[in-house]
Amino acid sequence: MNSDKITKIVLLSASLIILLVSGGMVFSLVKGAIPTFHAFGLNFIISNQWDPSQGKEAYGALPFIAGTIMTSVTALLICLPLSFSTSLFLGEYFKDKKIARVIRLMVDLLAGIPSIVYGLWGFYVLRPLLIDLGLPNQGFGVFTASLILAIMIIPYATSLSNEIITMVPNDLKEAAYSLGATRYEVIFNVIIPSARSGIIAGYILAFGRALGETMAVTMLIGNANVIPTGFFDTGNTMASVIANQFGEADGLKLSSLIAIALLLFLITGIINAIGKLIIKKMA
Amino acid sequence: MVSIKRTTIRDHAHRRILKDKLIFGMVIFLSMVTISPIILIIAKLVINGFRQISLNFIIQNTPGTFEAMTAVANGELIPGGIANGITGTLLMVALASVIAIPIGVVTGIFLYENPGKFIANLTRNVADILQGIPSIVLGLIAYIWVVKGITNGFSALAGSVSLAIMMLPMIIKSTEETLKMIPQTIKEAALALGVPYYKVILKVLIPTGFSGLLTGILLGISRIMGETAPLMLTALGSTVVNFDISKPTSAIPLLIWEFYNDPNMVSLIWSSSLLLMGVVLLLNLLSRQLANSSI
Repeated sequence: MNSDKITKIVLLSASLIILLVSGGMVFSLVKGAIPTFHAFGLNFIISNQWDPSQGKEAYGALPFIAGTIMTSVTALLICLPLSFSTSLFLGEYFKDKKIARVIRLMVDLLAGIPSIVYGLWGFYVLRPLLIDLGLPNQGFGVFTASLILAIMIIPYATSLSNEIITMVPNDLKEAAYSLGATRYEVIFNVIIPSARSGIIAGYILAFGRALGETMAVTMLIGNANVIPTGFFDTGNTMASVIANQFGEADGLKLSSLIAIALLLFLITGIINAIGKLIIKKMA
Repeated sequence: MVSIKRTTIRDHAHRRILKDKLIFGMVIFLSMVTISPIILIIAKLVINGFRQISLNFIIQNTPGTFEAMTAVANGELIPGGIANGITGTLLMVALASVIAIPIGVVTGIFLYENPGKFIANLTRNVADILQGIPSIVLGLIAYIWVVKGITNGFSALAGSVSLAIMMLPMIIKSTEETLKMIPQTIKEAALALGVPYYKVILKVLIPTGFSGLLTGILLGISRIMGETAPLMLTALGSTVVNFDISKPTSAIPLLIWEFYNDPNMVSLIWSSSLLLMGVVLLLNLLSRQLANSSI
């Protein structure tokens, strides 16, 4: 066998390792979740019970699914105006200016801050502020967690939409200006329509990030294993319940946590696939 | 009649200009709101944390909770440091890099060399999806595979495996993107000289794209360095310096989590976070600098 063939085999095998690891992940999660689905069936997904007491153990994922969706959607709504303004700032108003480079660096650095530092800042700075504003439950809850989540996903939402907005062809914009359009009219009638799918893809990917964030949410959501009844109520997300309950888990409880991880894996996988598909369609 | 029409037109124009200015002001305001957290967070860490930073903070182990309590009661700085966390982070990040960098770079080369192939497309899509998987799920996977399967207990190896899986897609992506930017002619020139395929990769592709590869690697390292959640499920933590990869090991983020949960140690969280953030942001800036200079 010559060296070229060996090289090709080495290259191929690295790629096979990736596929094997990913396949193995799905296999291990499914295998670990089997006892749970055996005990509760698909009721696991729609049951809102989480009772670890010996003998009458009952686990359901609904409170955590609800908590995850509530926090992520709220975070996305808070993030939307902020990151959209920032991408206009970077990609349109101050395009290619020095100030845009500085702001862009700062936004990128937001992505570099570890989750636990966000959690600390939320706990010691943001939470007291919210308590002063009259938030119940010591400032813990869905809203506080969403606020921190929103800051955390801003760089993901901004970087893609900023890139797409920058790429909108100048002749399109100039045509609108020559017709007498003001800048905001150009933004809303030319830039947004032609950059729409890229902007949407950015928000979908940011949403996917929000779904799986663990530490900051764990520190701020209040860790109650019930469906949150309002935005200022405490709850738990799928990621935070794994972090919280893992320490004392074995048997059926561990299996239930693995089942939640499997659901989280599937949801984030699907959300990401949709986002990437939109990006691919654009290219 | 005519004059009425003229004023409405002028009003309309005024309104449009006003609206334009309003939107501009809002964009500026909201952009400033967006970047304010980074300044506020860094300021908070520096103000609360710098007092504790000293040589001892880097070379001593974490104090016991009782020592910390006495120090706080006497109004002194908490003695000791986070050496066990620093060494643990270095150990696990190094091990994760050793696992992830070769596999990631070689996979990236494979994707670059076989753009249209089914298996390459599949791998690319899988890597894309892998990048979005929450780190806590990767922690659970490493728990099942390594803690339960190999080391029979919490271990640095398990932590490294979870971090390595996290790092892989980033390295694959950056390798492929970097190689795509290398002119095809350079590779063809080498092949025309009869250079064997593996030497083209080792002596032409990798050296030419080296700064790009390094950028991806540094960015990947800065990303995994601050991870807490997967380590809680795998490395667990330790109060002493540990270099045995089959034993529980601490890390800076894990220590921050412990300090946060221990009322006596709370004042240590800021200095530890300051140190962690400093290193992470420095790596981040370094990789960016490298990326800018290579183009």
